[in-house]
Amino acid sequence: MYRYDRYDQAIVDARVEEFRDQVQRRLAGDLTEDQFKPLRLKNGLYLQLHAYMLRVAIPYGTLDSRQMRMLGHIARTYDRGYGHFTTRQNIQYNWIKLADAPDILADLATVEMHAIQTSGNCIRNISSDQYAGAAADEVDDPRPWAELLRQWSSFHPEFSYLPRKFKIAVIASDQDRAAMRLHDIGIQIVRNAEGRLGARVFVGGGMGRTPMVAPEIRDFVGAEDLLSYVEACLRVYNRHGRRDNIYKARIKILVHELGADEYRRQVEEEFRHVKTLGIDPPAAELERIAAFFAPPPFQAGLADTVDRSDPDFAVWLDQNVAAHRMPGYAIATISLKPVGGIPGDASADQIDLMADLAERYSFDELRVTHAQNIVLPHVRKADLYPLWQALREAGLAEANLDLISDIIACPGLDYCSLANARSIPIAQKIATRFADPARQRALGELKLKISGCINACGHHHAGHIGILGVDRKGTENYQLLLGGSGAEDASLGRITGPGFDEDGIVDAVERVTDRYLSLRADGERFLDTYRRVGFDPFKEAIYG
Amino acid sequence: MAELPPADGAQDMLRFRPDEPLEEPAVTLDAFLGQSNATAVRIEPGDDARALLPHLERIRLIEISFPSFRDGRGYSAARILREHGYLGELRAEGDVLVDQLHFLRRCGFDSFAPATPIDRAAAERALARYAHVYQPAADGRVPVWQLRHG
Repeated sequence: MYRYDRYDQAIVDARVEEFRDQVQRRLAGDLTEDQFKPLRLKNGLYLQLHAYMLRVAIPYGTLDSRQMRMLGHIARTYDRGYGHFTTRQNIQYNWIKLADAPDILADLATVEMHAIQTSGNCIRNISSDQYAGAAADEVDDPRPWAELLRQWSSFHPEFSYLPRKFKIAVIASDQDRAAMRLHDIGIQIVRNAEGRLGARVFVGGGMGRTPMVAPEIRDFVGAEDLLSYVEACLRVYNRHGRRDNIYKARIKILVHELGADEYRRQVEEEFRHVKTLGIDPPAAELERIAAFFAPPPFQAGLADTVDRSDPDFAVWLDQNVAAHRMPGYAIATISLKPVGGIPGDASADQIDLMADLAERYSFDELRVTHAQNIVLPHVRKADLYPLWQALREAGLAEANLDLISDIIACPGLDYCSLANARSIPIAQKIATRFADPARQRALGELKLKISGCINACGHHHAGHIGILGVDRKGTENYQLLLGGSGAEDASLGRITGPGFDEDGIVDAVERVTDRYLSLRADGERFLDTYRRVGFDPFKEAIYG
Repeated sequence: MAELPPADGAQDMLRFRPDEPLEEPAVTLDAFLGQSNATAVRIEPGDDARALLPHLERIRLIEISFPSFRDGRGYSAARILREHGYLGELRAEGDVLVDQLHFLRRCGFDSFAPATPIDRAAAERALARYAHVYQPAADGRVPVWQLRHG
């Protein structure tokens, strides 16, 4: 875990005071809402349908029990007793009072947390692989790189009024658990032919109304050049990204309109100049940061056997536990997707409990996933059973990781002022329709993602099955998409045809899964079958 | 010859340079490139600041227009000019708010002509707020990584 030094702390403390001053000026009427809006947004404070929403940054989704307890404290003290984990590995609170916001930020600063750049047209929280430091397949821990980028991007003077928001993800495995290529910049840490570590850089991915999978812009940027290179990528965007139309302002449109080759040429030209400016820190800085992410003191020689005699536990073990690089350890995912619940929500008590369990069983570490679940990355296999028992008691032992009820859903029209349709009730209805755990397991890996408007916060383009809520002549209507993926085989879903009402969409999903079961070959996931047989058999099943 | 009154808002200008403001009005980029004697030029968000690079030595004032504070192209323009050695006055003009001053200063602006006056004390407070910065920019401030590693 990264720990602040006095510089990091001083910067975050200064931000708290700055925001306190801005809120006071707003409350006193010295700032208009129009002037205040971009300032509060840069602190993650949105004005939603019913109240202010505060989004707190969880850099690359990593936090410790002390920080997790603070999130519980905020839920209990300033909100209605719960928080909502988001697809950017952050947490947001939906019932915040403006006057409380400075105090919340001050509380967060005491545990080295903040809400800096969690919204607004700036570089947002850097996301990463939730299995970082635990996965067997990574070439390096991606989080030190993400932290290097976090610091570089924090209060970046040139890139604080970009054409549009800007999202960066960093992974270090061939397996992509962070939807890297659906980011404005996606970085994969790789080793080159000489064995040096560096970044493979993808630019111009994204979802929203014009989804794009990012093309590769550079196959290798050495660690010593990374910040200069990313600075060049951003400068070309800041200067030439469209500002005439909010829907065409993301970097994906610039890269698409210029073409990847021309964008790359401009970046390389800018990079040659930027590299002369001394922007890259010495190697010692990445080493300093990396030291904070040294592996915890794993015990050697632990057994890999797990007692599977409790059948309910065995189901959870098979579904929610992933292989760890260390013998005798495992990665456990805590599902925040109970059937009928709100995807990503956790109560203050549940947050506290997860903090306790992390402290007891996972070297004090937790991760938030972009699929809105929580990971305990370093659990001894011998501890999995007591961990599961504690989770079950708290309603946190849903064994549905990557199954159809492990739904990503945006807050939708229940909270969000941009939404056209509700997302949460659709997620709840689908999860309820497929509530039978045996049925879900029979369907296998099936990533279902729901957005309540075209902005695609619920990642519907990247769902094996995606659902997009739209407004059709004043009523909510739901379009169905098939075949998307946010993983290393990234692809964009295709809209099946005319949309459905609230119940119709649930039926349509079921027709799709029924058709899949009748078509699949041995060992095929839904996505594999879809890619093999194509769109038509499913379209026929849906519309008959 | 009668003395001209100060241009609108000139009394509200915030300057962070020792020299006196230039009296010569700034001309547009097109006009500047089409004549050889102007020493003050104004660039709009869509203008390419790099067009000025061959002429930096003779320019005394570059005014960068911010029709809306949301349009951040002027930040890149300012840095490019400073990175290429421009030492004259670099003025942010238009929708310039106290909360942007810190970033503008870091990008190399040393004077401000805000459409709505900014209280001098508030500006000083805003500029003094962050004792440390994470990245080098055009203001010569030392980033924290350099403080950490000397």
